[in-house]
Amino acid sequence: MAAIRAVLQVQGLCLERDHRPVVNGVTFQAGRGERVALMGPSGAGKTTVLRAIAGLESQVAGAVSICRPDTDARGAEDDPGVSRPTPPIGMVFQFHHLFEHLTALQNVCLAPVHVANVARQKAEAHAKALLEQLGVGHRMHARPHELSGGEAQRVAIARAIAMKPVLLLMDEPTASLDPARRDDLAATVRNLSADGTTIVISTHDVPFANACIDRVLLLHDGRIIREGPPADVLS
Amino acid sequence: MRSVSALVLVLLVSTSSSAQQTPELRWGGDAEGGAPFVEADPRDPARVIGFDVEVAQLLAAGLARQPRFVQVGFTSLDAAAARGDFDIGLSGIEDSPARRARLAVTIPYYEFQEILTVRTADGARYRTLSDLAGRRVATLGATLAYDLLLAAERDHHVVPVTYEDDVHPYSDLALGRVDAVLLDYVLADRGVRRNPGLMNQPTPVGVGHYVGVLAPDNAGLRDRMNEILRQAMRDGRLEAIFRRWRLWNEDQTALYAQLTSENQVPPETASTAAVTTNAWQSAIRYLPALFRAAGITVLLSALSMFLAVALGVVIATGRVYGSRPVEIALTAWVELIRGTPLLLQLFVLYFGLAAVIQLPAFVAAMLGLGINYAAYESEIYRGALQAVPRGQLEAARTLGFSNMQTLRLVRAPQAFRLALAPMTNDFVALLKDSSLVSVITVVELTKQTSIFAANIGSWVLPGAVCAAMYLALSLPLARFARRIERTWQQ
Repeated sequence: MAAIRAVLQVQGLCLERDHRPVVNGVTFQAGRGERVALMGPSGAGKTTVLRAIAGLESQVAGAVSICRPDTDARGAEDDPGVSRPTPPIGMVFQFHHLFEHLTALQNVCLAPVHVANVARQKAEAHAKALLEQLGVGHRMHARPHELSGGEAQRVAIARAIAMKPVLLLMDEPTASLDPARRDDLAATVRNLSADGTTIVISTHDVPFANACIDRVLLLHDGRIIREGPPADVLS
Repeated sequence: MRSVSALVLVLLVSTSSSAQQTPELRWGGDAEGGAPFVEADPRDPARVIGFDVEVAQLLAAGLARQPRFVQVGFTSLDAAAARGDFDIGLSGIEDSPARRARLAVTIPYYEFQEILTVRTADGARYRTLSDLAGRRVATLGATLAYDLLLAAERDHHVVPVTYEDDVHPYSDLALGRVDAVLLDYVLADRGVRRNPGLMNQPTPVGVGHYVGVLAPDNAGLRDRMNEILRQAMRDGRLEAIFRRWRLWNEDQTALYAQLTSENQVPPETASTAAVTTNAWQSAIRYLPALFRAAGITVLLSALSMFLAVALGVVIATGRVYGSRPVEIALTAWVELIRGTPLLLQLFVLYFGLAAVIQLPAFVAAMLGLGINYAAYESEIYRGALQAVPRGQLEAARTLGFSNMQTLRLVRAPQAFRLALAPMTNDFVALLKDSSLVSVITVVELTKQTSIFAANIGSWVLPGAVCAAMYLALSLPLARFARRIERTWQQ
């Protein structure tokens, strides 16, 4: 692991909810292309840690830093036309939170066009390619309420990775998937990480973790109690 | 007398409390702003005073009855008489052929001249209606003066402006909002006394008469009253009444002589109103005016709604995104506007602020409706903005959208869909509420209908035509909104 640059560093993270500590001194880091799973029982603080990394929770103490890896390190990848710095992270929510008033394609294009200032045509071409790649190209004109759970999730992944995030956060991504779809998702996660995207996933799903995760952080009562490869931690 | 309220007021103010055995003579009038005709006695507001009160007492005494006053809005007096809400209506009611055709009308008991009132500085240039081409001339709707102004609109291109009371035409003349007022001598005399800087032109524009009105099947009682009036003309009791109110002049001497002579010739009233009693002919005559008024209703409603939506969006955004002081200030504003009547807001904007800023009537109406509805719209938008799930906003945030982008691209479009149905309801409601602006002289569809109804003495046909026009305006709107909703739900 020494060769992997630390893209994400979480240091002494503490969060409270209704004056009650829910995350208590969580410290870890994740390198470029690494796949990390936050696991543990319900209420252990997995989702809260993920949300804090995404900037959706205000922490009581500690620090979260996300570093952009060297552009050289990302290699001469296909240029999606993103002309200004991409946001460092992408997040796939458990309930997807696709924009209800837009089609799947529009959901994927919206941020590249308005945040990254990509030309609409170019953003659309890239979005179509992403949706095809994730197996939902035929649903690009459907609205969120017309999509199945698995389709909505893949559109949400496409929306998140359309901005070329260095860090992708996924909250319980297998919750609404059947076993076949779960295997597909594991393959997608492996592919994304092979492209250099660091992935942090909160999950209960042991087979899924075994299939695609490099390292598991086992949480209990807001603390990391074990850490290591899935085979060691989950045995 | 002449005042607002197209609806019949049911308020009964008794002039006596000891009429157990004596039969009553119920007489109708409008005490709102009604001096010297009928008004609440400043010393005892439970009593009414005025020359019409004394004429009623004179008639009641002649019939050995006890007079009892029934308050009815001026424009509803004819309809109330026909319905039998009172025995006789006496409130400076003008004689007209149309009125004679549909009601039992007494002989005239007072002759008045229609007088042109102008600002003293304009005394030399505005002597008659023909001098007032392109100028705004104020009067009361559904009066002889209004008919004269309509004729002058055709002949001399004057611009008639109708008021619902007889006080504001003169105050607005003093302020310069109108260039002249045409009303009867009694009102003109009082208007000039109350407003320095005004003068009455000496040449009368027309002549009219005050009469009492009874239900058409009450001709027997009317004839007995005519005899009482003639007797009072002969023995000087009517003269005494008008002398007490300082309204006696030689015109009355001639009128009374004519009415009490052996061969009574009915006096002439200078009415230019159509004498036709055929409601359909009247409807055809009024249709162009009604269409014009409907156009004003549509234009006013559309502009007001545009303003209400724009202001509503600003207020709602301020309440959802603003700092605490901004939120408190905007909430207070919304509650102030929602907690006070639209009618009051219109009065304040048009008449109340006149000393500071003289808004044209249409602008005041648009502002009043727009500001009032903005408060309601802002509540709809605030609710709709807050109804957009938090997850949508969080998703936008993780994608790197700024707050403004999130509002513009994610939150507002979804909120707009939620707000569309209540917004359409509000637009239909505004279309109908726009009828209130007639109190600040804007003649829109309902006001034009009320003038039409007052002139033909029935609300049946005008009401039906007016309702059909409102429906023709509002139904397509509702249909359009339903279609958009359906499209967006797909």
